[in-house]
Amino acid sequence: MDSNGVSSASDIRREIASLEAAKAQIEDRISTLQAQLSNCSSNGRAKEEIEENRFSAPSPTETISDGQLSADMIYRYSRHLLLPSFGVEAQANLLKASVLVIGAGGLGSPALLYLAACGVGRVGIVDHDVVELNNLHRQIIHTEAYIGRSKVESAAAACRAINSTVQIVEHKEAFRTSNAVEIMSKYDIVVDATDNVPSRYMISDCCVVLGKPLISGAALGLEGQLTVYNYNGGPCYRCLFPTPPPTTACQRCADSGVLGVVPGIIGCLQALEAIKVAGAIGEPLSGRMLLFDALSARIRIVKIRGRSLQCEACGENTTLTPQKFRDFDYEKFTQSPLSTSPLKLNLLPTNARITSKEYNERNIKGEAHVLVDVRPSHHYKIISLPKSLNIPLASLEARLWEISAALGRDEGDKTENDGSSASLYVICRRGNDSQRAVEYLHKMGFTSAKDIVGGLESWANDVDPKFPTY
Amino acid sequence: MTFGFKILSTPIYTGENMDSKEEGNGSKSVEIKVLFFARARDLTGMTHMPLEVSQGTTAHDCLNRLIVKFPGLEEIRNCMVLALNEEYAPGSTVVKDRDELAIIPPISGG
Repeated sequence: MDSNGVSSASDIRREIASLEAAKAQIEDRISTLQAQLSNCSSNGRAKEEIEENRFSAPSPTETISDGQLSADMIYRYSRHLLLPSFGVEAQANLLKASVLVIGAGGLGSPALLYLAACGVGRVGIVDHDVVELNNLHRQIIHTEAYIGRSKVESAAAACRAINSTVQIVEHKEAFRTSNAVEIMSKYDIVVDATDNVPSRYMISDCCVVLGKPLISGAALGLEGQLTVYNYNGGPCYRCLFPTPPPTTACQRCADSGVLGVVPGIIGCLQALEAIKVAGAIGEPLSGRMLLFDALSARIRIVKIRGRSLQCEACGENTTLTPQKFRDFDYEKFTQSPLSTSPLKLNLLPTNARITSKEYNERNIKGEAHVLVDVRPSHHYKIISLPKSLNIPLASLEARLWEISAALGRDEGDKTENDGSSASLYVICRRGNDSQRAVEYLHKMGFTSAKDIVGGLESWANDVDPKFPTY
Repeated sequence: MTFGFKILSTPIYTGENMDSKEEGNGSKSVEIKVLFFARARDLTGMTHMPLEVSQGTTAHDCLNRLIVKFPGLEEIRNCMVLALNEEYAPGSTVVKDRDELAIIPPISGG
């Protein structure tokens, strides 16, 4: 396919990628310089410093001097100013406000874009991840040119490109109890755009400790949820959910999937609620929870409980202090990791497991075997190894006979190798369900069953780099 | 909340799971609609279902009935918002005919 002295498609793609990266860097630099330039010019025009800037951060450029918006600001935000229920007051409130967005993923992307566009004075972004290709269908703030680069850098560049007058603060680190108080204390409003249970408790507790309103959004599959916590005497996350869910109930987008636009909608609504709180307009979604159901096109708003007097975080007898918060182990409390790295089970003895490389060698040698793929059938339809038999873990019990039948058939097929019967290998996506399946198979008498360590992911890593991953 | 209604003799208010047949009261049972969200949908395989319960049944009783029907729901029993007619309801609230009971476990994805 790559003959005739013509550069192959992959060469061309590589060159495009490197040019794109160079272009992104140049654009980055341009937007930084533009921000500096507008800083210089506005400082020249209006010498006044904003009085309330507690954090010695440079004021939002072209600040409000004696309550007046600059000509550029009037023009930029004119459609806000024309809204009778918003007007100059709410816009001036936004310009003075600071919002911390934790997570620059599916929820954070649209939230950040709108918060920067609408003129929030200072926007902080916390994330420790890098942009990956499988993020782009929903994390719309990032572009292909940023694949492999920090999400915070990518999101900050996009925000600056939209509105160079907003101060964007980059926190390229994981949000942890060790840095949470210090980071969060510099902002007025917090947007929880994270993707895991321990972070949700940690962020809510930190907001209670520091008295910050929390705009909390979540999305998974085809559903989304939105609430404003710890605002105006309303409940906090722990008032609603004093007991964390068991790990089996915690699902991640990386496992369960998510329709890209669903976090997009929730993220937009988070920006809206943050704007309402920052602008001091309307009725923020406190004491209520919005439930979005994409498939049936329904939005329900349920009234939730008020603050709980027994709440361990915000109740009457709470002992939560910044120090106690720092020492609290959220991973232990929720039994799940703060990082989104997938679970790695280790259920089986080593002699009940083989690596993908070993399996490949045995397969090439022509070893008689049956390969059972225990992923759900919709996963199997995405990609599978040739001649594998798909029996999802959930239906393994009912379909054991198919394995027996396949083993019998394979034994019959094999010609030169005599002696032992056909081997039985089990594979899944990452090597957890395959261990559960092998454990069960051993119990049911298939004592030779082995699982392939690391599943199809390791196949792609160690055997066939062209094998698609998802 | 305790069961103050228990001692009342007015049949219509008789609490708990008691059937008020002997009282000669016409309607013995009520039918509510149960709505499932998020993980509760996975565990039950449905978004909503009708549930017939005897008069005086509380929201908490309904939840127990549902867990008997779908044992998987036990998983989220302690971590959910229970809303009756789109409003937070203590478990002791007595359900009425055509009420909507929503089972809302939190989502954490993003």
